[in-house]
Amino acid sequence: MGSDVRTAETAPSERVYLDAASGEPPHPAARAALLDALDSGWADPARLYGAARSSRMLLDRARAQVASVLGVRPDEVSFTASGTQAVHLAVLGALRARRRTGRHLVVSAVEHSSVLHAAESHEADGGEVTVVGVDRHGRVDPDEFAAALRPDTALACLQSANHEVGTVQPVAEAAAACRAAGVPLMVDAAQSVGRVDVPGGWSLLAASAHKWGGPPGVGVLVVRKGTRWRSPLPQDERERRRVPGFENVPGAVAAAAALTAVRAEMSAEAPRLSELIGRIRDRVPRTIEDVQVVGDPERRLPHLVTFSCLYVPGEALLTELDRLGFAVSSGSSCTADTLRPSHVLEAMGVITHGNVRVSLPRGARAADVDRFLQVLPDAVARLRRAAGASVE
Amino acid sequence: MRFLGRSRRAAERAPQPPEPPAAPAGPPPALVIDALGRKCPIPIIMLAERIREVPVGEIVAVLADDVAARTDVPAWCRMKSQEFVREEALQQGWAFHIRRSY
Repeated sequence: MGSDVRTAETAPSERVYLDAASGEPPHPAARAALLDALDSGWADPARLYGAARSSRMLLDRARAQVASVLGVRPDEVSFTASGTQAVHLAVLGALRARRRTGRHLVVSAVEHSSVLHAAESHEADGGEVTVVGVDRHGRVDPDEFAAALRPDTALACLQSANHEVGTVQPVAEAAAACRAAGVPLMVDAAQSVGRVDVPGGWSLLAASAHKWGGPPGVGVLVVRKGTRWRSPLPQDERERRRVPGFENVPGAVAAAAALTAVRAEMSAEAPRLSELIGRIRDRVPRTIEDVQVVGDPERRLPHLVTFSCLYVPGEALLTELDRLGFAVSSGSSCTADTLRPSHVLEAMGVITHGNVRVSLPRGARAADVDRFLQVLPDAVARLRRAAGASVE
Repeated sequence: MRFLGRSRRAAERAPQPPEPPAAPAGPPPALVIDALGRKCPIPIIMLAERIREVPVGEIVAVLADDVAARTDVPAWCRMKSQEFVREEALQQGWAFHIRRSY
């Protein structure tokens, strides 16, 4: 067989994880902080005895660390149970507080499903939603976004960057337009925080710790001073009445430790990963026929690229790449629990099948990316032969 | 707004396509490819394989009921520089009209 090298390559220990946009592997700093805080931060931070005080100090320090990276005040930051919960609270809480102004909500067509589902529930509740479309790169036109704002607009939502194609959105321009119109802007920054700095000017922000190497089950909700916000949920005293339930102190501590660490590494790591992504963007269309690299080539996240291979079922391609030792993701339909294609690719008007999203975790090796680029053309060719054979 | 998410249940809840226009505009297709019941990318593969069966300038119609085809057929046309003429709603699925341009 002469396949010793190949066997080693595809052995489980050599598996290459290229799906950081779904979840970044835990940062070593998070792991150490989590283990430490499990022992020192278990007590109820709302109580008045020693162990409680130590919990509260840990939580406050974590809050200050996150606030410092995001460039906001600590009392503007709350920890939630997930990024999705942060989005739901940000959207529904802002809408509720501005009910008297109006019930009109503006969202982009390519927001994360958590934003669109919140918008849907606002609509079911009698509210009105305007969806702003995107260009072929998945980018919102800031003028079109501004034009969607009305006197009765209660809230506008724009992601910092798209989670499926990596296109960076014009947040600064949208924030300026919203400010001029007196409308708060909610920014879903889940894909950007810890990767690139998010421009300011917004009123609310949501993020998710497991996207930057923190633990799962920790999200961040930021409500800037002067922003009207009222919890859409039943009363609860925790997190300044913004997030119900007993605080996950160890999780928050670990999330803050990871964020501080990745932010410190960012200036070196982001350009390195961006160069590797550039390599994929450049090589894939040259080595594979009938491939479209989607998303904005310039205004993009440093670590993420998506391409679609004509005539290939996305699910089969993911399975084949997994067999070859590469973990990637796809916005294609026809996966086990999905019948609809990605709403992002749909809104962009690009091919929805044969879609592969590669997102590089911290420390991704150039050699692994090169090996991925090496095995990909054959994998696509094999699947095209198989798919063609099934057509009579 | 109409965000149905990607779950199986949401897809089943998806509203039926709008009523077809009273009179179908444009010339009749020279070839009809029946991809009803086939999941993407099969309708696109069938289109790519068979478009050369009609002379340049003629119309091919692809019948498909996978909702992904509504995005994929026009996107394929743009990628391959073929002309996407129109989409027609059918009782089940859609007819996509494509003019072979080379």
